[in-house]
Amino acid sequence: MIPTQWFLILSAILFAIGVCGVLTRKNGITIFMAIELMVNAVNLTFLAYARQFHQLHGLIFVFFVMAIAAAEAAVGLAIFISLFHHRETIDVDEANLMRW
Amino acid sequence: MTWNDVVFMLPEIILSIGASLLLIAPVIGWRLKEASAKWAILILLAITALSVVICSNVVEGLPQTVSYSAMFALDGFAIFFKLLFITAIAMIVLLSDDFLRESRYSAWEYYSLLGFALIGMMFMASGVHLASIYIGLELMSLSSYILTGFFKNEQKSTEAAMKYFVLGTVSSGILLYGISLIYGVTGSLNLLTIAKAMSTIITNDALMFGIMLLGAGLCFKIAAVPFHVWTPDVYEGAPTPIAAFLSTASKGAAVAIFARIFYVGLHDFQLDWSNILATISALSMILGNLAALTQDNVKRMLAYSSIGHAGYVLLGILSLNAMGLRGVLIYTLVYVFANLGIWATVLMLRRHEYAGERVDDFEGLHKRAPFWAFAMIIFLLSLGGIPPTAGFIGKYFLFAAAIQSGFGWLAIIAVLMSAVSMFFYFRIVVAMYLREGREAEVAITPALKLVAGVCLAVTLIFGILPAPLINQATESSSWVAARAAILTHAGR
Repeated sequence: MIPTQWFLILSAILFAIGVCGVLTRKNGITIFMAIELMVNAVNLTFLAYARQFHQLHGLIFVFFVMAIAAAEAAVGLAIFISLFHHRETIDVDEANLMRW
Repeated sequence: MTWNDVVFMLPEIILSIGASLLLIAPVIGWRLKEASAKWAILILLAITALSVVICSNVVEGLPQTVSYSAMFALDGFAIFFKLLFITAIAMIVLLSDDFLRESRYSAWEYYSLLGFALIGMMFMASGVHLASIYIGLELMSLSSYILTGFFKNEQKSTEAAMKYFVLGTVSSGILLYGISLIYGVTGSLNLLTIAKAMSTIITNDALMFGIMLLGAGLCFKIAAVPFHVWTPDVYEGAPTPIAAFLSTASKGAAVAIFARIFYVGLHDFQLDWSNILATISALSMILGNLAALTQDNVKRMLAYSSIGHAGYVLLGILSLNAMGLRGVLIYTLVYVFANLGIWATVLMLRRHEYAGERVDDFEGLHKRAPFWAFAMIIFLLSLGGIPPTAGFIGKYFLFAAAIQSGFGWLAIIAVLMSAVSMFFYFRIVVAMYLREGREAEVAITPALKLVAGVCLAVTLIFGILPAPLINQATESSSWVAARAAILTHAGR
């Protein structure tokens, strides 16, 4: 059996890639993809621990997280479309009407 | 599922059905006027509040206050916050009425989203399991993202929604990673089981990392430094009633879960995180209040002031004693009412979509509306924590709790920063009373009068006669405090 640590290291790396993507990318959709990567890294952590503990809690939690991530995608894409209507771009650095 | 289980969640069930009906009401062709949406949501909120009271009386007679596999509690703490949130949402509905009438957006959608946000907040107040807390938090956050961008033809509103969405989802991702690490170390998501597991763990790097990530996510939601950057922009860009919602109800819900997680779940692991929280609290108070000094936009000023208030509330959470928890409850209530009163007064000045936002717009208000100018002073004094108002009681408990648990230096910073906050609060007072020349244009409707009047009454009555509020807060916090104390004795 593959040890739990390997999954945890993989998910930590994925999470770090997601955080770097959010911090460095300018395109709204790419940032959103990076956020999804973070959430899925968390899912992997839950699954690894649930496998180790032989528990259902972690597995079920992952289903909830996936459902919430889907709802987040719906809301987020709607907001980006609305932003595109105003600015013809989804570059987040262009959204500078108010000071950050 | 038995009848007893249904009783625990009956208010949420009623509200879920009601809010869903509000959403589909215009679609299924009920030819109802936009104006009736307000009455529909107000009646729904009244029924929900009534069912909270009835169900809590039924649950008192049951052997335990926790149900649904120990995921959902209807204890004093939850009931206190639920009733507070329902009241706050009802007031925000009243604040939104005129704002929506002048716009072309559907009131039915708007109010149903407020209803969904309220369901999320009620789950947060009741959650004793990290899964139910997280899902409640996300329900509230997703509704807030949409409400922030609700005026989709306003560029500012959309931009604020985008910023709030990106930063909010990143912070929930971080919070979720923290939850997963805590689950990995303690083997459970239930706060009580986590607390039991914690008492046997001396040090654990993964657990420490998990708690820090969880704390970072929660600090984002209550807008504490260094996770505050979204606050001024979102408050400025969001429709004004939604800014009021974010700064009162939404923040109060985040405070409720912050207190519950740290008092019940992480109580025994306190030594490592209370110093980190103390730093965050000090930074929030200093940066929030100093940055507010330079703001000319009232919404941005209130945003920075709310960052400062997050710092004060953290005093009660990190001090980890019964006094602190009581202080958190009292302060949240007092802060919600004072802030809603201020937002009601800001809305009285509104002429167009975004007017009434600069400090200058308050010039000469005492000539046009002397009573509401006076009410505004009371609200500002309450936020500043000056004695005849309720804000003083809240701050007193928080500062005393911090001193009790050895954070005297933090209490000194808090007192100093309260003094600083009076400077920018009084800029509004100076504009209202001492600047001559212009007379503020006002549009005072009965709904705004009602909200400001209720807030004024609460702020003054609890300021002069604080005993009922203190007793209620003591009773409501006793469940959480007692549970934390039992665990401490068992673990040490």
